[in-house]
Amino acid sequence: MKNYFITIKPFGTHAVLIEWPDKVEENILDDILTFSNYLNEHCLTNKVYELVPAYNSLTVILRNETINFVAFKKQLLAWYNTKSEAKKIQKYLWRFPVCYDDDFGIDLNDVAAALNKTKEEIIALHTSTAYTVYGIGFLPGFMYLGGLSKALEIPRRETPRLKVLKGAVGLAGKQTGVYPQQSPGGWNIIGNCSVPIFNTKNENPCLVKVGDKVQFYQISKASYDLTKIESEVGIYKPEKIKIDA
Amino acid sequence: MLKVLKSGLYTTIQDSGRFGYRDNGVPVSGVMDTNTVYKINTLLENDVNDSVLEITMTGPTLQFGKDTYISLGGAKFEVTLNNIPVENYKLLKIMAGDILSYGRLQKGFRAYIAIKNGFQSKEILGSRSYYSAITPYIVIKDNFEIPYIKNSKFEPKITSLKTNSLLDETELYVAKGPEFSLLNDRQLEQIFFREFNIAPENNRMAYQLKQTIDGHKVSMLTSATLPGTVQFTPAGKLIVLMKDGQTTGGYPRIIQLTDKAISILSQKKSGDIVNFKLM
Repeated sequence: MKNYFITIKPFGTHAVLIEWPDKVEENILDDILTFSNYLNEHCLTNKVYELVPAYNSLTVILRNETINFVAFKKQLLAWYNTKSEAKKIQKYLWRFPVCYDDDFGIDLNDVAAALNKTKEEIIALHTSTAYTVYGIGFLPGFMYLGGLSKALEIPRRETPRLKVLKGAVGLAGKQTGVYPQQSPGGWNIIGNCSVPIFNTKNENPCLVKVGDKVQFYQISKASYDLTKIESEVGIYKPEKIKIDA
Repeated sequence: MLKVLKSGLYTTIQDSGRFGYRDNGVPVSGVMDTNTVYKINTLLENDVNDSVLEITMTGPTLQFGKDTYISLGGAKFEVTLNNIPVENYKLLKIMAGDILSYGRLQKGFRAYIAIKNGFQSKEILGSRSYYSAITPYIVIKDNFEIPYIKNSKFEPKITSLKTNSLLDETELYVAKGPEFSLLNDRQLEQIFFREFNIAPENNRMAYQLKQTIDGHKVSMLTSATLPGTVQFTPAGKLIVLMKDGQTTGGYPRIIQLTDKAISILSQKKSGDIVNFKLM
């Protein structure tokens, strides 16, 4: 794998920001995740730290230490240049069930009208793509998904709602996503995902990792109710398929 | 148990934070005024990670079920223990049945109650810090019972601290943030040579500032944010992220508060004045 030109900046006294070229590209994301994995396995083992990958950046946060920036930057660059020996991380394609019925897809009629399509065409377009998870943040378990069809790009609602349901699936600009908790929000809501992506009862509370892919499939209201109950009691496991590196 | 007779406006259990889940989108949380809590936990010879009660603007009334030691700090309130006034930064011996009661707020915004060995509420994802999507409660409520360990024979090394309180400080020291170089001379002047008032939109997630500076048209890819990150919106608004702040964001991160500056800011309320100073 080729090395990119990376820049390293101080980010307060406990963190540094590593940046790759300013583009949304899977190759860049792969390089970030490979480096992140290399740091995890070989470099930061005696430190209490966190790594936050997102789009074209990786932020390294140390819990207790004040960072000597010049020395740490030099060390990180050296690690980056030797990272080729790092093994790739296993990525998954997750298939999540979404009910697009009017009960949940409260903006689906408006979206269809605005984009000059039928509801069925909107659903078909939305479920046809395996979206790439470029980041997780903003709220616990919120995925930044890339790869939305241009035909589904629609501005966010003029007036945000004070209350959007947990699991709501929305469209806004170039983005689609799932609200992991009930929260205020301005996205156009087209359905609801019955499977919680974030659950504090799990050791890794967020099912999905940055670099994974997510594809939605349509389910009926009856199937929604069933999978929701099964998820709540912990017997429903969403389908995940290994992606070969 | 510590029985909550009256909960106060926004009282939460907080510790040093929830570390290790930021890549899941989970904020670090934890006490807003780290500086104060470090002192009162030290007085009790507690671990730095031991949990405390964080009180906001209006304090609680609490009854202790067993003997222990406590120490108070942060914002200055009229506080009584069994109707006798008590002060911040002193070690207080508590007997079963004692009632601690918060009255009028005199200075600052957030006060803390540390207890010997910390409160023993349930840890979720490695922390006791309340946060809406993680813990079952967002704030403590009337009649809550909060567990703690009985201790009647603690022999403290010191019984009070003389502290240089940060409550009167208004100067927030900052480092350059990752997008600092976006700022032009005029915006630099607007940030570093003027005072800002705290906007009404201030809480554990973020403090917005009332005055705006010249805006921008920069669009950037979403990237990590930290407590103390100052986000700069296209309209020129400055938003200081705090302990429950989102883990990622898409606004330029122009400056970054020091840990001490976060503690100072956490004692400010709507209308208070602050200014930024570059380290």
